[in-house]
Amino acid sequence: MNARVLPYVLILPVTLFLCLFFLYPFLLVSKQAFSTGSGFTLDNFREVTSYWKFPTTLRNTFLLAAAVVPVQLALALLMATMVNKMQKGRDLILYVWTIPLGISDLAAGIIWLAIFEQSGFLNSMMNGLGIVDKPVNLLTFQNPGLVFLAIALAEIWRATAIMLVILVAGIGLIPKEYYEAAEVFGASPWKRFTRITLPLLRPSLQTALVLRVILAFEIFAVVAALGGTLFPVLMGETYAYQFDLLNSGAAAAMALIILAISIGFTLIILRLLRVPKGATI
Amino acid sequence: MAEIQIKNVAKTFGAYQALHDINLTIQDQEFMVLLGASGCGKTTLLRIVAGLETATTGEVWIGGRRIDHLPPKDRGIAMVFQNYAVFPHLTVFENIGFGLRMQKLPNDEVKRRVERTAELMHIEQLLKRYSGELSGGQRQRVAVARALAMEPDVILMDEPLSNLDALLRMEMRAELKGVLAESNTTAIYVTHDQVEAMSMADRISVMHQGKIVQAASPIEVYRNPAAEFVAGFIGNPPMNFLPATPSGNGKWTVGGQDMNGPVSSETLKFAIRPEDLRPSETGLKATAKVVEPLGAHLLVTCDVEGALFRAVLDSDMTVKPGDVLTLAPQTDRVRWFNPETTLAVA
Ligand SMILES: Nc1ncnc2c1ncn2[C@@H]1O[C@H](COP(=O)(O)OP(=O)(O)OP(=O)(O)O)[C@@H](O)[C@H]1O
Ligand SMILES: [Mg+2]
Repeated sequence: MNARVLPYVLILPVTLFLCLFFLYPFLLVSKQAFSTGSGFTLDNFREVTSYWKFPTTLRNTFLLAAAVVPVQLALALLMATMVNKMQKGRDLILYVWTIPLGISDLAAGIIWLAIFEQSGFLNSMMNGLGIVDKPVNLLTFQNPGLVFLAIALAEIWRATAIMLVILVAGIGLIPKEYYEAAEVFGASPWKRFTRITLPLLRPSLQTALVLRVILAFEIFAVVAALGGTLFPVLMGETYAYQFDLLNSGAAAAMALIILAISIGFTLIILRLLRVPKGATI
Repeated sequence: MAEIQIKNVAKTFGAYQALHDINLTIQDQEFMVLLGASGCGKTTLLRIVAGLETATTGEVWIGGRRIDHLPPKDRGIAMVFQNYAVFPHLTVFENIGFGLRMQKLPNDEVKRRVERTAELMHIEQLLKRYSGELSGGQRQRVAVARALAMEPDVILMDEPLSNLDALLRMEMRAELKGVLAESNTTAIYVTHDQVEAMSMADRISVMHQGKIVQAASPIEVYRNPAAEFVAGFIGNPPMNFLPATPSGNGKWTVGGQDMNGPVSSETLKFAIRPEDLRPSETGLKATAKVVEPLGAHLLVTCDVEGALFRAVLDSDMTVKPGDVLTLAPQTDRVRWFNPETTLAVA
């Protein structure tokens, strides 16, 4: 077959698949979001954004992302650097650290609920140590900070590994010689990290952050399990519009808002961690 | 003063002994070349001096100060790496200034020194570029400039020219030597290229299987190789060897001919460089096998009583394969080796 045509023929099945199951539904959702039955309108967007809960859900989602992602980034970098320095047992440690990746987000939420709920580990432990007289319900509207903390912890536990895996691969690609050169020219271990590792890791950091930030805006099951309605987030509201209020137009509008936020942040991350032309390894 | 003393340095990797009891003193401002075949331990020795590797035993002193327990940055050294290790995410300017920035020198001092070394290495017009936008030769210049900008006492170079093409290598060789001579630094230069070693070195240390076999000036290493290995390694083509049997009183039989040599009753090896042979009436009978005209010379590979023997002759001679030549060795250039110890016999 003609070598110029062949690549296109080979990617055709995937393209068709994506068009059928991604692009087409996406267009349907968009159509739904921009119509109420009588032509093009922004009514759905007006409705969801003027709802009193919308600012809260937006703020909660952003707060959570802002609290979780930096911690995950720092942890993933630390863990990746440690793994990279290991000689023996490296693979074993990596497997153990990535176990949470294999657990669904709802299951992760439930695991952490088992820790925090009234009859959970934390209560029995505090009880046993005599810190509290009887088990207390921690995850209530009186303890919004604790609810937030529980959700953040569960998210950090659950989704740091995805960044870790990407960063471990990225760090492994940096030639050892750069570190030796930096060492000879007087860079301390910290300086080698900030002056060599971080800048050379930019492509991997981009990927890891984009993936992680998008997932952070889509947070749903962990929040549902631990916070219920105490901590409304964007995705939870979308679910409520679709399945509780049966307002699919509003749900579609919410989905597009989340998409827009994700795209916006992706562009910001790509821009901030841009590698200048000619400056790649 | 930056005299380097390497005292009884040995290095083992697991069960493998890469360096055996190395002793070497490099004078202040001397240009020392470590020469040897691949895997003989040159890089390992250099890295021990740099502090990137720790010696299993032994000491390293620079300028009268024991430095083998110090981190690389406190040893007063700078290094040029084999693959340059020019940082890809920094411009040429920041690459050259990297070590100066780490020393927290003020901006204008960094600028002054970067610009001066860049000028010295003829890369002042490249300062804004990234290493991905440079040729191999330019990258190599950046690597040298980065080391020189540190104004180190000692500069360590690990095969810095090995990735360049032959012409560029010749050009850089001369340039590098000039620049280093002016900078008054002591240099250790690793290479497996004997031409590079001969042309650049004040002294050459020939290494073989983790040992230093001979450390001497290039001409000494060439004329008076201390061991058979050196004689066979240096020179292109290498020295010829023929078995010699003693016939008493300093008389020897070599290739069926009588020769004068050292007084000894053991069998020795007779050695002569291919270019120290002249066609003559009397001498070794050599049957030509392969004749290679090399332009300036004629390289003739012959057979002397079953032993391989090469001669470099005048290019205006006509020699055909099968011709029997009579080659007289220049007597003051003949060397003798003990086949047991492989060392030269005086
Ligand atoms: N980190 C290491 N672990 C185990 N063995 C090593 C290590 N580094 C070097 N060696 C071994 O030590 C010996 C000397 O290596 P070295 O790199 O010093 O050789 P070299 O003379 O620089 O060779 P080349 O000219 O190929 O660079 C080699 O046999 C090598 O396999
Ligand atoms: Mg080497």
